[in-house]
Formats: sequence, structure tokens, C-alpha cells
Amino acid sequence: MSTVAHENNHHDDHHHEESFVSKYIFSQDHKMIGKQFLMTAVFMGVVAMMLSIFFRIQLAWPGEESTFLNTFLGDNWAPGGIMKENMYLGLVTIHGTIMVFFLLTGGLSGTFSNLLIPLQLGARDMASGFLNMLSYWFFFISTILMFASLFVYDGGVFGIQFGDAAAPLAEHTAWDGSGPAMSGWTIYPPLSGLPNAEQGSGLGMTLWLFSMGIFIASSLLGSLNYIVTVINLRTKGMKMTRMPLTIWAFFVTAILGVLSFPVLFSAVLLLIMDRMAGTSFYLSDIIVQGEMLANHGGSPLLYQHLFWFLGHPEVYIVLLPALGLSSEIIATNSRKPIFGYKAMIGSILAIGFLSFIVWGHHMFVTGMNPFLGSVFVFTTLLIAIPSAVKVFNYLTTLWKGSLVLTPAMMFAIGLVSTFITGGVTGIILADSALDIAIHDTYFVVAHFHIVMGMSAVFGMFGGVYHWFPKMFGRMMNTRLGYVHFWITIIGAYGVFFPMHFVGLAGAPRRYYDYTVYQEFDQGTYDMIMDLNVIVTFFAIFAAVGQILFLFNFFYSIFRGPKAPQNPWRSNTLEWTTPVEHVHGNWPGDLPTVHRWPYDYSKPGAEEDFIPQTVPLAEGEEEH
Amino acid sequence: MEKLIILIVLVTGVIALAQLVRVYELSSKLKDRGEHDITDRDNHLNAKLMLGFMAFQFLGFIYLMLKYGWTGRGEAASLQGIETDWLLNLNFIIVIIVFFITNFLLFFFSYKYVRKPGIKATYYSHNNKLEAIWTIVPAIVLAVIIILGLRSWNSITSGPTKESVRIELFAKQFDWTARYSGENNKLGKYDYKLTNEGDNPLALMTTKSIESARVETEKAIKSLEDELKLVQLDHLASGYMNLISSSVYKEQIEAEYNSALEKEYNLIEVEEAFKHKYADAKDLKGHVDVVIEEPNAETQKIMDRLEDKLIVKGRILRSIAQMQQSYDSKYDLYAWDDIIQTDTLYLAKGTEYEMSFRSKDVIHSAYFPHFRAQMNVVPGMPTRFKFTPSLTTKEMQKKKADSKFNFVLMCNKICGTAHYKMKMIVVVLTPAEFKEWEKTKKEKTFKDTYAAGETEEPANSETNI
Ligand code: HEM
Ligand SMILES: [Cu+2]
Ligand SMILES: [Cu+2]
Repeated sequence: MSTVAHENNHHDDHHHEESFVSKYIFSQDHKMIGKQFLMTAVFMGVVAMMLSIFFRIQLAWPGEESTFLNTFLGDNWAPGGIMKENMYLGLVTIHGTIMVFFLLTGGLSGTFSNLLIPLQLGARDMASGFLNMLSYWFFFISTILMFASLFVYDGGVFGIQFGDAAAPLAEHTAWDGSGPAMSGWTIYPPLSGLPNAEQGSGLGMTLWLFSMGIFIASSLLGSLNYIVTVINLRTKGMKMTRMPLTIWAFFVTAILGVLSFPVLFSAVLLLIMDRMAGTSFYLSDIIVQGEMLANHGGSPLLYQHLFWFLGHPEVYIVLLPALGLSSEIIATNSRKPIFGYKAMIGSILAIGFLSFIVWGHHMFVTGMNPFLGSVFVFTTLLIAIPSAVKVFNYLTTLWKGSLVLTPAMMFAIGLVSTFITGGVTGIILADSALDIAIHDTYFVVAHFHIVMGMSAVFGMFGGVYHWFPKMFGRMMNTRLGYVHFWITIIGAYGVFFPMHFVGLAGAPRRYYDYTVYQEFDQGTYDMIMDLNVIVTFFAIFAAVGQILFLFNFFYSIFRGPKAPQNPWRSNTLEWTTPVEHVHGNWPGDLPTVHRWPYDYSKPGAEEDFIPQTVPLAEGEEEH
Repeated sequence: MEKLIILIVLVTGVIALAQLVRVYELSSKLKDRGEHDITDRDNHLNAKLMLGFMAFQFLGFIYLMLKYGWTGRGEAASLQGIETDWLLNLNFIIVIIVFFITNFLLFFFSYKYVRKPGIKATYYSHNNKLEAIWTIVPAIVLAVIIILGLRSWNSITSGPTKESVRIELFAKQFDWTARYSGENNKLGKYDYKLTNEGDNPLALMTTKSIESARVETEKAIKSLEDELKLVQLDHLASGYMNLISSSVYKEQIEAEYNSALEKEYNLIEVEEAFKHKYADAKDLKGHVDVVIEEPNAETQKIMDRLEDKLIVKGRILRSIAQMQQSYDSKYDLYAWDDIIQTDTLYLAKGTEYEMSFRSKDVIHSAYFPHFRAQMNVVPGMPTRFKFTPSLTTKEMQKKKADSKFNFVLMCNKICGTAHYKMKMIVVVLTPAEFKEWEKTKKEKTFKDTYAAGETEEPANSETNI
């Protein structure tokens, strides 16, 4: 109720004292919640990046003793410095899960939707500050569970023992203990459904499932809030067609989330039932570890359909916010309107719609009906059209601009590059006849890391550099930002580009090592290993480069130079708020919007930008 | 020690960085320049680096292509694979052109249009004609890709023909087993409930194997029941022991317990016997109705487990019994001539193979990289595909100039610990060589291996066609 009171009370000048707890911990202020999401995401991002370095070392130098691995993984998982096979699978699983869900879904959307939706729309806060706070705390709990699952060993976590409630068959288990979930980030049953199918399918998987359940709740609360806010709380004059593309992207992302995450929830729930209640949704005719199960009639494919019904929209849930952020950054720093604003909105909507009817392209070789496969080929290739339109529009925005290469701008340009490079390989994968040969190889790994992983990470970095002054009232160091950018983009291409060749040579993903190749194809083995060493080298290079970012980020929060109100000379509303955060965002009346956000270098205007709050001049046309 | 040094280096590094940033900030302050004012020097330097990066990207790509010979895939070794590779190359050419052009424009524009004093950006917000063009052109290119792609997809996934030779690939953690359909080119039926690790690991269905599975399951049920009874008896006896303090009685109970174990005992009778003998014993601590305590958690868990297993076995037994009733023994012939092969998969060049796939436990994926063939192997759901080897192993060895080269079948769906080792060598022979090999297998059909050491087959199962 108190938020409603705020809404009506436009003159909320007096600063009421807030306790530490209500300001920094159980805050209901969208700006603080955005920062909380960001901090949690940075932590999880660092964790997941470390995990990837561990398994990259294994891939490049299999079987070599490494004190580094032993130091971090301990004697249980890397005795004598050699990583256990199961831990390798655990690392890739948790790495993928954290990166996709916790960094790029929770972290990216959570941070920037929260920060920017009210600020760019001219609202005092989210529609419901309380639900917003809940959304963060659910996210936090799921983070803890997922993080904890990394430390599962021997049926316990952090030394706390749990009964094997989730493992009715555990007595037959041949494994020497349990561990983190180990069936890949997509956790296909039956591998994930049967506690004795592998070491990670016991307590680790239970934690994974519960963490994901809570994560979904968080995501839904957040998304509902974003949708309601965008629909209801736009300030005067902020028509839908005057919203910045960031908001359009967040809005469509939230709709995708609300429509698709519940499906993942049901997939998770049915899996939990198969594991704990003896149902057979995903199980049929199985003998595992010598134990004959009576389950009959379930289908592992049901899980895959449910998973990818979320999974594909999910990749756009990850990507769209990054595209939104970069649209804003590119327009501002090209000092030019974004080219084809309406077409950009159209493509966001088209991508959003199409992303719901393409999920089958992840299942071309599961044995589903080939005719159904053809339908998915068709819909999948359709989605390439709006994607292409977006790329061309970005290019034309740069054309004849007056580019200011801020670190944010450079990351946004990097995003366009990775989006192209990863997008074109999608066209090959979408061709089912070709996918037969390259599905589940490193070619796919290269595709989605470049198009989703790197693009979204670049969007997120761009966002942080661009809106840091808004978040913390201080500036980040530009030079460090440049070095960080160059290390990151060289690292990104160095890591993921050679992976295409590893995949085309036929190397399956999720392999602990490739030494079996020596038995039948020495030439290919040599090629895979050469490339693996190169990739690992670049991965370490890029990871070390991130220290610059972490330093810059934390240092600038406390000691960075004070930010001016509108450092990038931008048009959008967030830069009309004071540098010091106030509750309700604008100390006085809410601003009124008179124009679209992209009036940069408009002929006839004195400055090369005209904020949205400036009324149209006499005889001036709105774009 | 090592760790300490690393830590010290890290800490000094961070401190040095902080000092550097401090100095830099002070100098900016002197020049009255904020972090948001990007100098022309920075701008131009980064613009040039954009071109430099483009060179790195393009040259790196070209280097990899040259080094590994286009895509590094080697030649396809099946008819279907040849078609796939043709299509793949075509798509690659299209895609690589797009890659070069768009990345070039991106980095070139970033270089060319960097801010220059006195030049304002062009206010250019949309152009419907241009946008229509770059919607329609990709649409046309994609239409071509779709049409060609679906044509190949339909031919590759089409069903078996009369000539197709049937082979089944059976996957389990962590190996492959192949089953040839034998002379009649018909694969025997199967049901996972008939699995017998000894002589019928593939769970093939014959009159005999059904009967033996039924007997085995009954035996298993019996022994589970015995186990359960034993646990209950243990519990009962120790319950009485606890209630009774006199050692004389204890000895008697123990004797009783032991003799119950030796004989076919009936738990209720044993309990009655206990009650009669000891209920009136004075030192039964005053209990009139003997109440044995509930089993403790551990015992209860064991009993629950056994009961669960009994339920499972009961269901399996019922379904085997149903199978037995509806089974037609003419199918025995389908199975008897099947040949089971666990180490190497032999194929003949030019023969079209209709492969069917079956998993025992989790999802696997049958991946033949050189034949460009792949299909998931899903428990409870049969899958299939076909392909025709077009090169023998020897021919491929020559092409690769590697006398040790072999084709391979790998697992390509994460299936647990040893996923990465789950493979089977594939040898493609000329048709003549293949015939020779087949001959050596004539005496090793399923019938030979299954019946080995057993008595003579009842004659009627052969004639009952
Ligand atoms: C031009 C548009 C795109 C097309 C046609 C396309 C097509 C495909 C296809 C067919 C696959 C399945 C490959 C396989 O498993 O064999 C795939 C995988 C994937 N794609 Fe894309 N894609 C496109 C763009 C994107 C974008 C924009 C993203 C993310 C933002 C993305 C993320 C992914 C991910 C995460 C996977 C792999 C998931 C996994 O197996 O673990 N794709 N893509
Ligand atoms: Cu997809
Ligand atoms: Cu496998």
C-alpha cells in the first residue's frame, strides 16, 4: 500500500531515515534491488568462470597432474591433481546452469529491468516493490542452493549429512559418494531421474531441482512485475511507441518468461515426482545398475519437449535484454537515431513469437517424426529473418554516425559481431539434414556460446559500463575498460572460434577426454588436441582479463570520480534524475515526455541530443 | 609456500593497479577531464584497433581453414554422408560470405565514422525500401536453404526398402552391442523383462526365454519373501529375548529360532509357538499380551525396501505371464538366427543398413562421425535410421594415409561416468570379404549361444510356423 501512497504523493522531498536493513537488505526500491541482482550475478559469474577454467585445463592437458586443480577441487575430486571423470561432468553441468540461468537470466534481466524500467518510463518504482523484493530473495535462495550443490560429497553438503530420501535405490549404488548434478545443464532423464544412474543424480540433483524451482518462482515474480509496470506506470506522454528499445526488449522478455518458465516448472516437478514418488512420467523399460524397474509407459522425450519449450524462448530471454541495452548504447554513442525503430520493435515481437514454435530444432535426432522435424526446420529458419533485420539496422545506425567509442559502445559493437558470427552457424544447425552430423558436437557449443553467451555477456558489460554512473553515482575508469574490452573480445573469439573446427572434425561435447581417438584416428586426435590447447590458452587469457573488470567495478563503486548527471549526453529519462538516489526517483513532479528517445543530431537543433522531456519546437516533426 | 607467493603477487598486483588508476585520475583532474569525456586520441586509437581486430578475426579464420583443409572433416564414407556434405558445403559458402561482409561492414563503420571535429552525425531514422530489401533477400536465400535441406532430410530419413539389411544396436552404460538379423533378415522380438545377464543379455523373446524369465522371477520373488521373513523372524526373536530375562528361556528361544531357520518355517506358526511357550513365563515382566516393540528405523527401512522390491517383481511377473499367454512361438525363428556381436561392427560396402536402436538404461546416442549419421537411443522408445557405407575401411585408410585408421561408433549423449569411452570400432568390408566373415558366424547364432549347455530343443517349436 505504501507504494501507492508514494505514487500519489508527488512531492516526496523529505528524506525519511531508513534503517540499514530496509535500505540495503530487504529493500523494496528498484534501484537497490537491481544492484543486489548485479552483485549476486557477478559472484555467480566469477564462480562459473572458474569452473570453466578447471575443465578447460582437463581438456587441454588430460591426465597431467596439476597443483592448481588439486588446490581448488581438493583430494576428493582431483586426487593427485588429476580431475575425476565425474567431477568433469559436474563442472560442465553447474557451469552451464549458472551461466544460463543465474548470470544471464537472473543477473542480466534482474539488474537492468529493475534499474531501467521505472527510470526510463518515468515511474516512481515498480508496480509492486514487495513482490520485487521477494523476487530477489527467491533468486538469492536459489543461488545458495545451486552454489551449495557444488560441495555435495558423500551424501552430504558442507559436512551436513542428509538422509537419502531422494535415493530409494541408493543401496545398490556403485558410486563412492554423491556429487553435484552431472547430467549437463539440460538434465535429461533418465540419467537425471534415477539416483543410481550416476554419481551426480543423488543429492546434487535434488538440490539442482529445488534450486531451479525457486529460481522459476523468482523469475515469474520479477516478470509479472515488469509487465505490469510497463503497461501501467508509464509517465505522461510515454506512449508505447516512444519507449526506448531497452524497455521493449525487457517487456517482451518478461512476457516470454511468464509464458515459458511455468513449463519448465512442470518439467522439474514431474522429474521430482519420478525421483521421489515412484511415478513414470519419463521412465519406461529400464534396467539400471542391474536393477530391473517396473516403470512402463513414460517417455524421456516428454521431458525434452517440456524443457526446450522453455529452453528455446530462454535463449531469447537471455539475448533480448542484451540487444535492448546495446540498441540504446549504440544510438547514444553514434549520436544518431537507431535506424528503423519500428522495424526493431517488429523484430523483437517476431522473435518473441517465433521463439515459441522452434523448440524442436534441439530434438532433430531424438527419433521424433521426420515430418515434425521439417516443420521445425521451417519455423527455425524463419526466426533468422528478424535476427538479420536487427543486424542490418545496427549497421545502418553506425553508418554516417559520429561514434564515441566509450567502453560501453565498444562492447555493444562486439555484441553485434558475436551475434552475427554465432547467428550464421544457427542457420546450418537449423537444417535438420546437416544437424544429424553435427548435433551435440563442439560445433553446437561454439554456436551457442558465441550467439548467446558472448553476445549476452557483452551486452551485460556494456550495460554496466554505460549505467554505472546511474547505479553508483560514480564513473568507471575508461582506460581499464578499453583494455578489458580488447582482452575479452580477443579471448571470446580465441576460445569459441576454433571450437567450430573441433566440432566439424566430429568431436562430441561433454567428453572428459579424447584419448580414445588415438585408437582409431590419430590425425583427428592431433587436430582436436592442438585446438583444445589453443582454446584453453585463450580461456585463461580472457579469465585473467576479467580481474581488470572486477577491480575497476569495485574500486569505482567506492573511489571512482563523481558522475555528472548526464555523462553520455543521452535522451532517455533516467538521466534526468539526480545523481544521488532518492526514493521515488524524481524529487519533484514526474517528467512529461514529448518525443521519442532517439532525437540525436536532429537537424535544426543546437545540441546533438534532445532529451525526451523537451517539448517539440514550433513546426518540428516528431521523427 | 607456492600459494603464499601467488597470494602476495595477486595483492601487490591489485595495489599497483589501484595506484596506476589513482595517478591517471589525478592527471585527468588536472586537465579538467572526466571519465565520460572520450578524447580524440582514445577514440582514434580504438577505431584503428577495430580494424586490427577484424584482421585478427579474418586471418585467424582463413588460417584455420587452410590448416585443416576447408572444414577439417575428411571425406564422408556413406551415400547419405556424401549428400550431407554437399549440402553442408553449400550452406557454408553462403554463411561465410555473410559472415565476412557483415563483420567487415561493422568494423569498417566503427573505424570510418568515429567522431571527427566539425562533422555531425546524419539524422537518418528509417528507410522502408531499404528495410524491405534486407527482409526479402534473406527470406529468399533461406527459402532456398530450406527447400534443399528438406529434400535431403526426407531422403535420409525415409524408411527401409526391401533390400535394407537390418541391424540392431543395443546401448547400455557404457558399451554397444550389435545384433545382426541373420539369414531371415528379421530381428527377433525383445522385452527388457526377459533380460538375463548370463545367456540373454539382449532380452530376446522366445518361448524358452519367456519361460525361463518367469521361473527366474518367481525364484527372485521367493528369495525376497524369504529375506523379508528372515528379517521379521529376527525381529521377533530378538523382541522376545529382550522381554525375557531368564537365560534358560533365552537358550530355548535361540534353539527354536535356529530350527525355524533350517526348516521351511511359517512366521505365524513360529510366533504362536513363542507365545505359547513363553507367554506364561513369570519373568515376562508382567506382560499379559506380548507386545513386541515396533521395529527400529533401520529394520523398518530394510523391510520397506524389500516390500517395494516385491511389489516391483510382482508387477514384472504378472506382465511376463501375460506375455507368455499372448506370445506366438513362430517368432522364435526371428530370434534364433540372430547374431550378437560385442566388439566390432562389421558392415559391407554398398549395402543399405536399416539400423534400429535400443537402450537398456539411459539415453545414449549412436554417432557415426564418418558416415555423418546419428540417432538417439532412448529407453522405452525404439528409434531407427539407415545408411549405406560407400568406402571400405581399407579405402579410407589409404585416403587418410593412416594404416591404423578405423571407422567408429561413439556415444554422443551424456550418459554417465564413462560416456567418453563408450565406443565400438566399425569395419567396412567389401561384399566378398563380408560374406567370408559372415560364414565364420554361422555357428554362433543366438540359438547356439543360448542353448549352449542345455538339453535338446523340443522338436515342436521348430515346426510350429
Ligand atoms: C539465426 C538464428 C538461430 C538459429 C537458426 C539457431 C538454430 C539453432 C539450432 C538448430 C540449435 C540446435 C543445435 C543442436 O543441438 O544440434 C541451436 C542450439 C542452440 N542455440 Fe541457436 N539458433 C539461432 C540463434 C540463436 C540465438 C540468438 C541464441 C541465443 C540467444 C541461440 C542459442 C542456442 C543455444 C543455447 C543452443 C544449444 C543448447 C544446447 O544444446 O545445449 N541460438 N540453435
Ligand atoms: Cu533453440
Ligand atoms: Cu552412452
